[in-house]
Amino acid sequence: MKTMKHVLLLVAFFAVVLSSPLSAAGKSIVLDGSTTVGPLAKSFAAYFTKKYGVRVTVSESGSGNGAKSLINKSCDIATMSRAMKAQELAAARKKGVNPLGHTVALDGIAMVVHPGNPVRNLTKAQIADIYKGRITNWNQVGGPNARIVVIQRESNSGTQEAFKELVMGKTAQISKTAETQSSNGAIKNRVSSTRSAIGFVGLGFVDRSVKPVAVNGVLPSPLTVRNSTYPVSRPLYMYTNGQPAGSLKKFIDLPKTPDGKRMIGELGFVVK
Amino acid sequence: MMSEDNLKESGRSGAFIVSAQKRKMQKLAKTGGESILLLIASFVAIVVLFIFYFVAVDAVPYFQLRGFREFFTSSNWYPADEPGEFGALAIIYGSGMVTLGSTLLSVPMGIAAAICLSDILPFSVRQYAKPVIEMLAAIPSVAFGFFALVIFAPLLQTHGGPILMWAWWILAAPFLLLAVIILSDLLTAKIENQNRRQQISLVLLAVFGVGALAFLYWVGSVLQGMEIITGTNALNVSIILSFMALPTIVSVSEDALQAVGRDLREGSYALGATRAETIVKTVLPAASSGILAAVILGVMRALGETMVVWMASGNSSHIPEPWFNYLEAVRTLTATIAGDMGEADQVTGSARYHVLFAMGLLLLVISFICNLVSERIVVRQRKILSGQ
Repeated sequence: MKTMKHVLLLVAFFAVVLSSPLSAAGKSIVLDGSTTVGPLAKSFAAYFTKKYGVRVTVSESGSGNGAKSLINKSCDIATMSRAMKAQELAAARKKGVNPLGHTVALDGIAMVVHPGNPVRNLTKAQIADIYKGRITNWNQVGGPNARIVVIQRESNSGTQEAFKELVMGKTAQISKTAETQSSNGAIKNRVSSTRSAIGFVGLGFVDRSVKPVAVNGVLPSPLTVRNSTYPVSRPLYMYTNGQPAGSLKKFIDLPKTPDGKRMIGELGFVVK
Repeated sequence: MMSEDNLKESGRSGAFIVSAQKRKMQKLAKTGGESILLLIASFVAIVVLFIFYFVAVDAVPYFQLRGFREFFTSSNWYPADEPGEFGALAIIYGSGMVTLGSTLLSVPMGIAAAICLSDILPFSVRQYAKPVIEMLAAIPSVAFGFFALVIFAPLLQTHGGPILMWAWWILAAPFLLLAVIILSDLLTAKIENQNRRQQISLVLLAVFGVGALAFLYWVGSVLQGMEIITGTNALNVSIILSFMALPTIVSVSEDALQAVGRDLREGSYALGATRAETIVKTVLPAASSGILAAVILGVMRALGETMVVWMASGNSSHIPEPWFNYLEAVRTLTATIAGDMGEADQVTGSARYHVLFAMGLLLLVISFICNLVSERIVVRQRKILSGQ
């Protein structure tokens, strides 16, 4: 009797183990990549699962990881907060993958400081100098006498690369003393608890715990991002392998639907 | 009854007669069993060798591409640039700094706790205290990291000065007290007259005591006036890592102290030694090899820890200024591997991928050397102790 039970359990176990990946492979969508696009991808995923009954898995590991996953065919959609680099495209071609970018939304990169910091406005040049290590004290930009704690993202972050490109120029190097955090949320957390910190996060992450600074006199907001007056903004992408079809196409087309536009707006991103 | 019959059948020798076939089967089973055990045992060794092999295979191309010089002498770490710069000096330094800091904190605490557990607390208390300390090891490192980042770092920023002052008083006061007593004892040891010696000793004690107190107070007030700009720094990580290394150090060195055994302790008591003398002069030397092993295990725990340092060290790849400034953010080898692994695939720039393996190899080599050294010391210690 007892052995019988064990055998049955074993059979059941194997049945579960064997069946789950099979069923998952047939009807699910896997997303990997940017932590900036993450919230959007997640709410799209929840909506999509509810509406079409298709399981959607979202991982957030940075834009670079997203590209890598797509190239290695371990995800269906790579979410990225920067365009794919020429190197990545070349690597993809070599592996028989044809990455195709779809712009899902626009996003501003907000420069954030501690709410108690009196600095309201920085010019693009000042921000670049802060990150290059040429400006090291807040009193050089009209603030209190305190060393600036510069916070950047890891090198696999699309936001980091977009920031560098938009503010500092492609070849400029960020100061070695800059601290590094691994996600938008971590930067927000550090800035909200450190009086003399400055960091940058996607517009969707700005809340009351941090204070966005105006860049060249323009505060980041959906409006200023859409009409391009805010200088640090960029499109967000979803990359697929070739033209999407079936449920994948429906997912990629979500940003064009009214519900999709509503979700983009609610999360603080800007409809293209 | 039956055995008697069997005995008679097998003749005078009394040996069991086993048929040839059965004997063959037994021999086969024996070799089979032994080889399976050997396989399992060697599997572990093989896994280690394979790890070494695969890490080295991916690390060597880096050195072929860029040579050794940049990696070990430059502190410019810009792996994502075109072309990248891979100076790991600051990162190696950061690893060393954090490891040293946590060792300095955890080793005295750990050994003191182990002595307390094994020789001072009554057995009934020890039974409960040791599992509680060992529970520290069960806390996942990401929880430690979260605590360090979300609670401890802001705390250091808002109350950094007073925290440093209190830590200074608590850590330095006992040592200075001990130093004052020993110093005044040493200085008066040569005076023959008993009365005069006591008098002079008292005076010296008072003078040194006031001096030490002034020193304590002065350093304390300097520390209190200090402002910690960023809480994610080497000090934060050192403290958290020392707590993570603590259970290992306490547990292993307590076992070593226990292993010294009752007879040695009782022998020491029988010779008229006090409990303190027994602990310092008999038990600690006898257990020193085990304690050393504990310390090295603790050091390696701190060196290899990734999650906490990634979250809470600040990850800025520069050598602090001045070089001993624990209040600045640092970056360690482990955190760099974890943080840069993401984009560094074979597909995107090979030096960038292989440099991480070079770092892994460096870590492996360091812990290998650590192990080797501790092994040597343990063996030598054992020889000295048994040879006497």
